[in-house]
Amino acid sequence: MRSLLLIILPLIGAAIAAMWPSNRTRPWLLPATALAHTALTMWLFFRPPAVAGNAWVGFDALARAVLPTVSLLFLGCAAYAVPYLRIREERQNRVFVTMLLAILGLLSAGHQARQLGVLWIATEGVTLATVPLLHFNGTPRAFEATWKYLLVGGTGIALSLLGSFCLGYASLYGGGRGDLTFVALAAQGVNLSRPWVLAAWVLLLVGYGTKMGLAPMHTWKPDTYGEAPGIVGALLAGGVTTVAFTALLRVRSVLGAAGEGAMADRTMVAIGLFSMLVAATFLLGSRNFKRMLAYSSVEQMGILILGAALGGAGVAAALFHVWSNALTKGSLFLSAGNLRRAAGSALVEEARGMCVLAPRSTGLFVTGMFAITALPPFAPFFSVLRVVRAALTEGHHAAVAMLLGCMLFAFFGMTRVVLRVAEGRPKAAARENARRFVESAGVIWPPLTMLGVSLWLGLFTPAVLLNAWTAAAAQLFPGR
Amino acid sequence: MSNGTVNLLIGLVMGLNLIALGSSRLPSLIRTISAQGVTLGVMPLVLAKGNIEWGLVLVALGTVAGKGLIIPALLRKATRAAAVEQENEPYIGFVSSLLLGAGGTIAAVALAGALPLLPEHAGVLLVPGAIASVLTGFILLIGRTKAISQVCGFLILENGIYLFGMLLIRSTPLMVESGILLDVTVGVFVIGIIVDRIQRAFDSLDTRNLTTLRE
Repeated sequence: MRSLLLIILPLIGAAIAAMWPSNRTRPWLLPATALAHTALTMWLFFRPPAVAGNAWVGFDALARAVLPTVSLLFLGCAAYAVPYLRIREERQNRVFVTMLLAILGLLSAGHQARQLGVLWIATEGVTLATVPLLHFNGTPRAFEATWKYLLVGGTGIALSLLGSFCLGYASLYGGGRGDLTFVALAAQGVNLSRPWVLAAWVLLLVGYGTKMGLAPMHTWKPDTYGEAPGIVGALLAGGVTTVAFTALLRVRSVLGAAGEGAMADRTMVAIGLFSMLVAATFLLGSRNFKRMLAYSSVEQMGILILGAALGGAGVAAALFHVWSNALTKGSLFLSAGNLRRAAGSALVEEARGMCVLAPRSTGLFVTGMFAITALPPFAPFFSVLRVVRAALTEGHHAAVAMLLGCMLFAFFGMTRVVLRVAEGRPKAAARENARRFVESAGVIWPPLTMLGVSLWLGLFTPAVLLNAWTAAAAQLFPGR
Repeated sequence: MSNGTVNLLIGLVMGLNLIALGSSRLPSLIRTISAQGVTLGVMPLVLAKGNIEWGLVLVALGTVAGKGLIIPALLRKATRAAAVEQENEPYIGFVSSLLLGAGGTIAAVALAGALPLLPEHAGVLLVPGAIASVLTGFILLIGRTKAISQVCGFLILENGIYLFGMLLIRSTPLMVESGILLDVTVGVFVIGIIVDRIQRAFDSLDTRNLTTLRE
């Protein structure tokens, strides 16, 4: 019941936001709902409920391992949204606030979905709810980004439905009675029809991989992240991609039970490394710091899917990386939003010398960049280290070499962009623009706190979290 | 009713795929989509072979209304608003599209042979029909430049998935089915709104103009 409340509460918040009369006070609904959601998540985290085996929705071990970080990320974004929407007071924020809250509800549903259909509906819902957020700015460039997001994302989500159908038919052919919970599917094991399972895996990997932004299905990502407001970018990179990742984890557990785990792992290693390669290549040539974050996100997704292919220890490490990525990326997107607003452009040539014009945001952005490129002592360093260790234990030496090589090039590419933005003499236009931008506490604290949590997570990874990640890995892949 | 009727309908859907690939005028493309939607709407009733339940009737009515009437109407509205009648310079020409589509249909039949079917589905062409429609959708999505043609491609792709869903309509709970229908409709509806907005921003509804965002 409490787990359903996690979904219903934000949806009620969304309904209230839709009816709330005042444009000025409406944004406060975001932090209010987010606080309640986080409190509820924490309660569930420390007092996990018993989940019935055949439940369609439930706060199971996997939800427990990832949902808290999504909730925390949303809380940070919600706190940032209040000052942000005050700056953008000229725009109606009814749809914006409503959809943000709806996304929180749907993300909670997606992470807790234990049934193929529910999972798909939640993911599709998130995709649709994101659309109005993307063209919040109303510029032709935002329209272009939205169009590409819908076309590529829509095709991806359609293919994942087709994949779900294939998996459903695999169960039906193997004597199933139409129970599409992941537990029931896994229980059918080798009785699932092999050709149908393979077809399902290909389609689901492509479909949910598109939502995750794995290469070569990542093409929507740079445009969307480049044009969307910082909050939306943070939620997409840390929340929406995570739902797609947990979806693939749940599907992978069925593949494992069906005896196709080794094949699935090989494809995941390949697609993960390819994503990292593509990301590193584009990062080396990036000239726009918001698009740079998108390619960095492609890289992080590559690490996640690689980790997921490396057995129990790898999955636990990947779940750790979900946390590191969500919090660090969230901080980066919010500080990048500040810089974008101060400079009036996200192009490197236009936005030079930001450490003069917006010193605090620049400090956060540079630190966040070092954190996400896995420099110690931030969380990404430790989670990537665990992925590497799992890969070495499994004997994937070439994959480790490639992973580290790509990360090195990504580091070169990102430092080049970020340091050029930070240093140098600001252009006259940027100087003029920055005069209207105030680095108020409201736009600094949320990213600073997220970065702080990322640091804390790296230095003092709590045992309770480590246990939660291991438990989730054990739930998905018993005996590995 | 026998498998013959079902296969006739699926054959009709596959034929409409080819007509869609060959039509350069947007109104005729939209008419083709609409006809395909109605054909798909009848499908669950024919497949039920006599024992028709309320749920199936609802699915059928919803499909005919959504895919056959509402979406085509929205598309027509968008065409009028943007004053675009014709797909002028497609990335993939109409003859090449048709050849690709025909090849895709043959490949679909071959591919479907590799997938095992339950005895009650054995004589039905649902799987090749679904794969052929998905491929047709992809050709239109990739090969056309006008936003409306691309939306039509997306619809044909969704139609293919719907066709596949017919295999599972008995076994999966109705909730999933209706939710899926709703999502499909809403999804295209939103795309329709976007088309409307894009047209205001770009005037010509030509996705080739959408090239500001690049490396």
